[in-house]
Amino acid sequence: MKKLLSLLLAVLMVVGVLTGCSKPENPEGGDKPEDKLKIGVILVGDENEGYTYAHMEGIRAAMKANGLSDDQVIWKYTIGETQACYDAAVDLVEQGCKAVFSNSYGHQQFMQQAATEYPDIQFVAATGDTAAISGLKNFSNAFTNVYESRYVSGIVAGMKLAELEEAGMIPAESYKDGKVLIGYVGAFPYAEVVSGFTAFFLGVKSVFPAVTMEVIYTNSWFNITAEGETANTLMADHCVIIGQHADSTGAPAAVEAALAKGTVAYSVGYNVDMLAVAPHAALTSATNNWGVYYTYAFGQVVKGEKIATDWAEGYKTGAVAITELGSSCAAGTQEAVDKAITAIKTGTLHVFDVANWTVNGTHLNELKIDLTGDFDTDDAEDKNAIFDGYFHESEFRSAPSFSVYIDDIFEK
Amino acid sequence: MANKEPLIRIRKKDDRPLYQKILIKVVFIVLALLIAALFINSVTKLNPLDVYASMFRGAFSTKRRIWITVRDTCLLLSIAVGLTPAFRMKFWNTGAEGQILIGGLVTAAMMIYFGGKMPNAILLVVMLLVSMVAGALWGFLPAFFKARYNTNETLFTLMMNYVGIQVVEFFVDVWDKKQSHSVGVINSETRAGWFPSVFGQQYLINVLIVVIVTAAVFIYLNYSKHGYEVTVTGESESTARYSGINVPKVIIRTMLLSGALCGLAGFTEVAGISHTISTQTSGGRGFTAIIVAWLAKLNPFIMVIYSFLIVFLNKGAVQIASDFNLNEYASDTITGILLFCILASEFFTSYQIVFRHKEEQ
Repeated sequence: MKKLLSLLLAVLMVVGVLTGCSKPENPEGGDKPEDKLKIGVILVGDENEGYTYAHMEGIRAAMKANGLSDDQVIWKYTIGETQACYDAAVDLVEQGCKAVFSNSYGHQQFMQQAATEYPDIQFVAATGDTAAISGLKNFSNAFTNVYESRYVSGIVAGMKLAELEEAGMIPAESYKDGKVLIGYVGAFPYAEVVSGFTAFFLGVKSVFPAVTMEVIYTNSWFNITAEGETANTLMADHCVIIGQHADSTGAPAAVEAALAKGTVAYSVGYNVDMLAVAPHAALTSATNNWGVYYTYAFGQVVKGEKIATDWAEGYKTGAVAITELGSSCAAGTQEAVDKAITAIKTGTLHVFDVANWTVNGTHLNELKIDLTGDFDTDDAEDKNAIFDGYFHESEFRSAPSFSVYIDDIFEK
Repeated sequence: MANKEPLIRIRKKDDRPLYQKILIKVVFIVLALLIAALFINSVTKLNPLDVYASMFRGAFSTKRRIWITVRDTCLLLSIAVGLTPAFRMKFWNTGAEGQILIGGLVTAAMMIYFGGKMPNAILLVVMLLVSMVAGALWGFLPAFFKARYNTNETLFTLMMNYVGIQVVEFFVDVWDKKQSHSVGVINSETRAGWFPSVFGQQYLINVLIVVIVTAAVFIYLNYSKHGYEVTVTGESESTARYSGINVPKVIIRTMLLSGALCGLAGFTEVAGISHTISTQTSGGRGFTAIIVAWLAKLNPFIMVIYSFLIVFLNKGAVQIASDFNLNEYASDTITGILLFCILASEFFTSYQIVFRHKEEQ
């Protein structure tokens, strides 16, 4: 027993020595002078997760652009869509942040709660949709016009279809009533997804008119297995292109595997370049460049001005893009892409141009969108978004609101 | 040769005085901190003391952080305490997660349907009662089948979690107004059904509830006839039956209690903390509480220490991610090293290593 005790004593002494040698601790833990502006960010994941990584890149770019030093932005990682978000937001306010940003939809309700309690601090729930109806002056939403880049990624897919048809490589089973079948792996049946796949489909159609699209939902934003299985189901139905609005690499990987076994199928991804997992099958991916938004928003905070309640920008300011074209893309794709991007930027091309789509065989000239958050469109505040010949996506509020199924898009 | 004593023998020694037990625990925690410090320093080149200081700040540096640490400790503790009656009976209740969810769900339902329709105090009492009834129901089903048909309670309670998750999913869709798959903060303007601040402290009621529950469970298990029956049933069902204890009745009664207490934790979480309901409401605490209960050897007062330790580590994890860009893997590693050393210390508190030629006592 004595031996044991002396051993323990020795261990304790070593600890004492180690503690004694280390440099004295700054009691405030490096807290900076109060006059320095601080901004807080709440992230649902960390750099290991693609969606959050894209936001982190954007935030870093914004720090650089606005001359903010590392100690002026306080990061909170892996904050779930729970009370933890509210706690984190209030904690950031207590650390002196003048503005707090969150990056996941589910954070919104907790951010809004914090916003009601701290009216002098600006809160932003990126990808949220209740800022305008909350009536709070210090609460905002932001969304990129990713429908624009989805349209352009659709053009890439359309070029591929044209090339395949010319080479006689589209199998007979892939034709449905004379139209080529393509597929789409959707996350949830929400407006954000519907708007996205409609834009993608219209992009395909602008190059290759005889096309029809099957949509299957995975009911999850990120599920590698389910997305892969859904892609396999779509390919079993003879879909030639597999688009996606889901965050994983499941679908492109499944398409790559099928392509290697001789199935004629190509993939259009989302968020990140899919060439690493699908070097032959991936054509391109539609992406966001969040740096544009964060640069703007941080700039407003630095100037002490209000961040726009609903912010939505696209190609014009570089907030959206498509990733590098894959080697399987058809000849002339780059030129077609550049032409479309220029047309979108100059305003000569509108993604939801009413001339290009019908619902039950008719061209719409009115489509009311829900702006009150009750998910119907019969309130006085709900507005018609079709005028000047096109549907004005993300103009009345930043979150997408196009939620009708147009002809030739179907769900099984 | 055959009689030669081995170099090292392990001998059971469970009669150590308390100070020795505590000393061993302290040494192993220090050891864990040293190993973790070595790990931190070798992988990240950071000064481990800075990292520990940062973890400490995450839990304590502001008044609000202290309250949140206390609040979360209490929540975890209340679940661990809720599990204790069942564990004392050696009934493996792995269903706290579902019991919390269902207790939270009915709490949320009351807030949604009766918020503003009755005085807040009465509403809170009603919410408390229904949450306990709902949790008790979730505990009753596996207990009934165990008592009646001797089904496996580990699997049954585990599967009840998934039923609970699906029921919550369903109601989230029913109450969700914006197709956003979330209920939102309930009664955020009227605050109906929210715990009121007492003496200016938002979470004081949470603490009070847990203090009462912990003390009550301790007394119930150690000083009541019911508690004795639970212990005997846990030690040996045959002995219990022989001594005239109605085993099925004890099983069902104890699980009703265990479930009700976990349901109560759901009430505290929804009415006292998050004011919303989702499948994330339980947040894995139902499983973490099992670790807490067992590390504390089912002693409700020791559970306070372990609940606090785990919450402290969580708060520290968020802070070191913030301060040093260390992601959750780093904090998971520190937590792992610490838990491993605590488990190792368990061995040394109950056993003794004896070297050859040492005189037997």
